[in-house]
Amino acid sequence: MDLTSLTIDQIRDHLASRKATAVDVLEAHQERIRQRDKEVRAYLALCPERALAQARKVDRQVAAGEPLGPLAGVPMAVKDVILTRGIRTTCASRILENYLAPYDATAVERLEAAGAVIVGKTNCDEFAMGSSTENSGFFTTHNPVDLTRVPGGSSGGSAAAVAANLAAASLGSDTGGSIRQPAALCGIVGMMGTYGRVSRFGLVAFASSLDHIGPFGRSVRDVALVLETIAGRDPKDSTSAAVPVEGYQDALRRNARGVRVGVPTEYFKGLNPEIGDNLQKGIDLLAKEGCAVVPISLPHTDYAIACYYIICTAEASSNLARYDGVRYGFRSSEYADLRDMYQKTRDRGFGPEVKRRILLGTYVLSSGYYDAYYLKAQRVRTLIARDFVEAFDDVDVIVTPTSPIPAFKLGERVDDPLQMYLADIYTVTASLAGIPGISVPCGKTKGEPRLPVGMQIFAKHFDEARLLQVAHAFEKAGGFEIA
Amino acid sequence: MALTEKDAQYVAELAHLELSGEELKKFLPQLDSILEYVQKLNELDTTQVDPMAQVTYPAAENPSLRADRTKKTFEQDEALANAPEKGAGSFKVPRVIERE
Repeated sequence: MDLTSLTIDQIRDHLASRKATAVDVLEAHQERIRQRDKEVRAYLALCPERALAQARKVDRQVAAGEPLGPLAGVPMAVKDVILTRGIRTTCASRILENYLAPYDATAVERLEAAGAVIVGKTNCDEFAMGSSTENSGFFTTHNPVDLTRVPGGSSGGSAAAVAANLAAASLGSDTGGSIRQPAALCGIVGMMGTYGRVSRFGLVAFASSLDHIGPFGRSVRDVALVLETIAGRDPKDSTSAAVPVEGYQDALRRNARGVRVGVPTEYFKGLNPEIGDNLQKGIDLLAKEGCAVVPISLPHTDYAIACYYIICTAEASSNLARYDGVRYGFRSSEYADLRDMYQKTRDRGFGPEVKRRILLGTYVLSSGYYDAYYLKAQRVRTLIARDFVEAFDDVDVIVTPTSPIPAFKLGERVDDPLQMYLADIYTVTASLAGIPGISVPCGKTKGEPRLPVGMQIFAKHFDEARLLQVAHAFEKAGGFEIA
Repeated sequence: MALTEKDAQYVAELAHLELSGEELKKFLPQLDSILEYVQKLNELDTTQVDPMAQVTYPAAENPSLRADRTKKTFEQDEALANAPEKGAGSFKVPRVIERE
């Protein structure tokens, strides 16, 4: 059995039955990374010492007959916007090229406490700003399904690593779709919990009212296991919710019979038939599984991109003010005075997309424009969130496409930021409303090469169990390989 | 074009970004088309709508308050470990106040 294609449960079984050690599982992944990551380029850095120490610790627990954590021996990748103590955390930005985090993110701490083995840090768009991972300050990650295409973004490295079996599961971050969209483009599962479900402590801030940490996996069950581990109140993040975390095991045992599935007309109008055909088959499959399919309307959908790009850039311009060359990160070696030092440091340290967003965000917050742009967007955000609250009066979950397009060619879209932004249309809505969303594979396109299509499912605030129930029932019914 | 070069330079200054002429030439039409696109929000009458200032789901008790107790976090050398320039237990910056 190839140790790099195991599910989380299979890894635990292998350890418990002594078919393999955690070190065996780790080494199998490291060997695969050596062979395959030359072309995929999912990882920015590996941390072999930390990984080996953790794998050995798990193996000692096995030897001593101690109970194993739910993620025992599971090799995991972590997006490089999430802090790992003593290991470089760069946010794929030159400005943090040599930054050594002095502490671990809470999510990372919880993964390791559950027995997970952190293998390395993955590539992404600089400061998670982008939808293709082409905005990385270091290099581009390739989609393992077709190396001439993007893996999506911004968590493209974390998605590609799991899709190429370079990790069993991974962590990404999602602000406007940065987990769900690359999951769709790479043909795996990716999930964002409710805002506040997972602690953001140790997640480098991009847009604080929209940022989430969440899991990638090759199955719904794996994603549920990781989410369950990292979710829950953390005193170090005042926005983390005190709502208790349900065990998701019960939800995964349930079928989807009687679940009311809303299909919002706005998400299917003018949809690329390559994606639309698969989605229709996916929805038909849910109906066959006993779901009640209900057409619904989310009338403010068309305003979501405009609303999102005002709010996220405003927050980014404020959050990224901290990169000033004083306390950490890059400092320009030439400057005339303090102000000049700030300007040269930021000009040389940030890439073009980050600068564009800082400029936009500063503009929409600046005197004279604040009401017209930022405040207006905050009001529209209320309308978008209200659409969902009203829709969930009648349905339990909402099913939509994840991305309007399958994985596109590297370099194809880099010169037109607005076009790149518009492709986030189906994911930013849930981010603005703060509700949970998951993307699951829904077959492949028909042309050559056949590219993965993603189906997205939303649920009410803190109803992750329902979301996972439907996603899992879909997977069990063969939805991933539909069409 | 609604956004002028002067506007862009002014915003860049506010954001402590030094933009080269080349960057400015590239960014200006891009920023302008994005700002033009987001005008579509004006199609909506929002006079009766409150801004969404809080995303956090209303919980039974406010979880954001904690006891006001001091606790140990980082040692000075840990806090300074990533500083581009440091000395005498402090971050070093270019001279800020000129002496008469």
